[in-house]
Amino acid sequence: MSIDETTAARVAKLARIRVEPEALPALAQEFNTILGFIEQLAEVNVDGVEPMTSVTPQRLKRREDVVTDGDRQDEVLANAPDAREGFFAVPKVVE
Amino acid sequence: MTDLNALGLAEARDALRKGDVTSRELTEACIKAIDGASALNAFVHRTNDIALDQAAKADARLAEGDAPAMCGLPVGIKDLFCTKGVPSQAGSRILEGFLPQYESTVSQNLRDAGAVMLGKLNMDEFAMGSSNETSVYGNAVNPWRRAGEDTQLTPGGSSGGSAAAVAADLCLAATGTDTGGSIRQPAAFTGTVGIKPTYGRCSRWGVVAFASSLDQAGPMTKSVRDAAIMLGAMAGHDPRDSTSADLAVPDFEAALTGDIRGKKIGIPREYRMDGMPAEIEKLWSEGADMLRDAGAEIVDISLPHTKYALPAYYVIAPAEASSNLARYDGVRYGHRARLEQGDGITEMYEKTRAEGFGDEVKRRVMVGTYVLSAGFYDAYYNRARKVRTLIKRDFETVFADGIDCILTPATPSAAFGLGEMTDADPVAMYLNDVFTVTVNLAGLPGIALPTGQDAKGLPLGLQLIGRPWEEAELLSSAYALERAAGFVAKADKWW
Repeated sequence: MSIDETTAARVAKLARIRVEPEALPALAQEFNTILGFIEQLAEVNVDGVEPMTSVTPQRLKRREDVVTDGDRQDEVLANAPDAREGFFAVPKVVE
Repeated sequence: MTDLNALGLAEARDALRKGDVTSRELTEACIKAIDGASALNAFVHRTNDIALDQAAKADARLAEGDAPAMCGLPVGIKDLFCTKGVPSQAGSRILEGFLPQYESTVSQNLRDAGAVMLGKLNMDEFAMGSSNETSVYGNAVNPWRRAGEDTQLTPGGSSGGSAAAVAADLCLAATGTDTGGSIRQPAAFTGTVGIKPTYGRCSRWGVVAFASSLDQAGPMTKSVRDAAIMLGAMAGHDPRDSTSADLAVPDFEAALTGDIRGKKIGIPREYRMDGMPAEIEKLWSEGADMLRDAGAEIVDISLPHTKYALPAYYVIAPAEASSNLARYDGVRYGHRARLEQGDGITEMYEKTRAEGFGDEVKRRVMVGTYVLSAGFYDAYYNRARKVRTLIKRDFETVFADGIDCILTPATPSAAFGLGEMTDADPVAMYLNDVFTVTVNLAGLPGIALPTGQDAKGLPLGLQLIGRPWEEAELLSSAYALERAAGFVAKADKWW
């Protein structure tokens, strides 16, 4: 499986990372090196093996479905690059 | 008397309790040492005021006879831990200016135990790297140099600042985190001790996430005893981390008997890699001899899927990273790119992430995106998770056969020169974790400690791997090895 520039551009788009067109060939090349390394996994017989979901056998704990935290608007917004009137501000999303 | 900053945790604690020294004196000695060590670039955010305030409180507690485990002991905190009101950037530009409104559980536990925070320590960006060279702050530098050379060496990564700071006596100990070897490899490169506990032993709450199923915090210290003391203070159940184990934390220090008579130590044959340097091979067999002389039985074992650990890791870790790092969107915290007229929200995301992430982080996020994308999920991600099951099963099998502990090299080489790997492909750097990454995939505890030096005088470390939740036994075995190896060398001060 080899990655071309179109695929590299599509992956960058999916990851929401801008990559300039001139950087795509080198990126595709790096992907291919890494994927070539990962490709070894195809040698392993994994028939009947369950994919690991949790490294330590455990059930996720449950707690009562009640409010335990809140009223922290100032703290939540304290690090926002752009906060206005108690909201996060972003460029226009809906036309 | 030794300089106060050169003390370990145990010695300093005992001196504090005897009244021979004050926390203020210890803290001031460390602050002075850090002032003189800017060439190491280990501390990237200083918190002198907090440290001196905590030292004063610790001295008051000590005077009252109320001295918890870490009372008055100055330590450094890896930049990956969120610390309230103190910059916490995970070594990344994208978190520039971020001031957490909360304290991570591990650093809070240390505070509660009386520890003094000297500042935040350099690291690879988002803990992705093995040389500290992906940091936005520039790399930390290893206090060790090859005999007769002045080439600057890497302290390893990702916890490179922590390792450099401990090795150079800028603090008594430091926190680290380990996703594929990020505590143990830098410990081995700097002649210090680092333990990655069992997955779930330390809370991940408030630790900037890289690969959540693999990340664990642990101490980086000057001795095995210090590691036992500090791990005890860091560990414990935390309802805010759903993977945190609801188990009592044993008294690790009390368990340090160093008595390993009758213990079975496994030597996995698959770790004898092609092209392994002769001095690593020698270090390893000498380590086995030391444990045998201390009364352990050395057993040849097989961990057949070892070869596939790194490729599985480089699917699973990037996959989890691509998901975890989706939160850096320029909306809620950290950097936001300056936008052009007409740019919408997609441009905001794409430009913000392009400017905020370094090359290695971008690479891993994109690889993770690819292996999780439609059509490749089964071929890559699910297959890697199945291989992970097999790797864990390898360990379960040898432990069921009565093996108590496994001895391996910690790294394939001594510390390499900064910049030496720049032209290598990314996979060459990944090979640094070849001996450590299996332990993360299997969720096991592993400790690296210095047991020898190479021909150029650089420290070399071995790794011991224990059964899940048996850090106490693991530390005791490491203590036996530490005593037998008698490693006391320190880096000559050039900085």
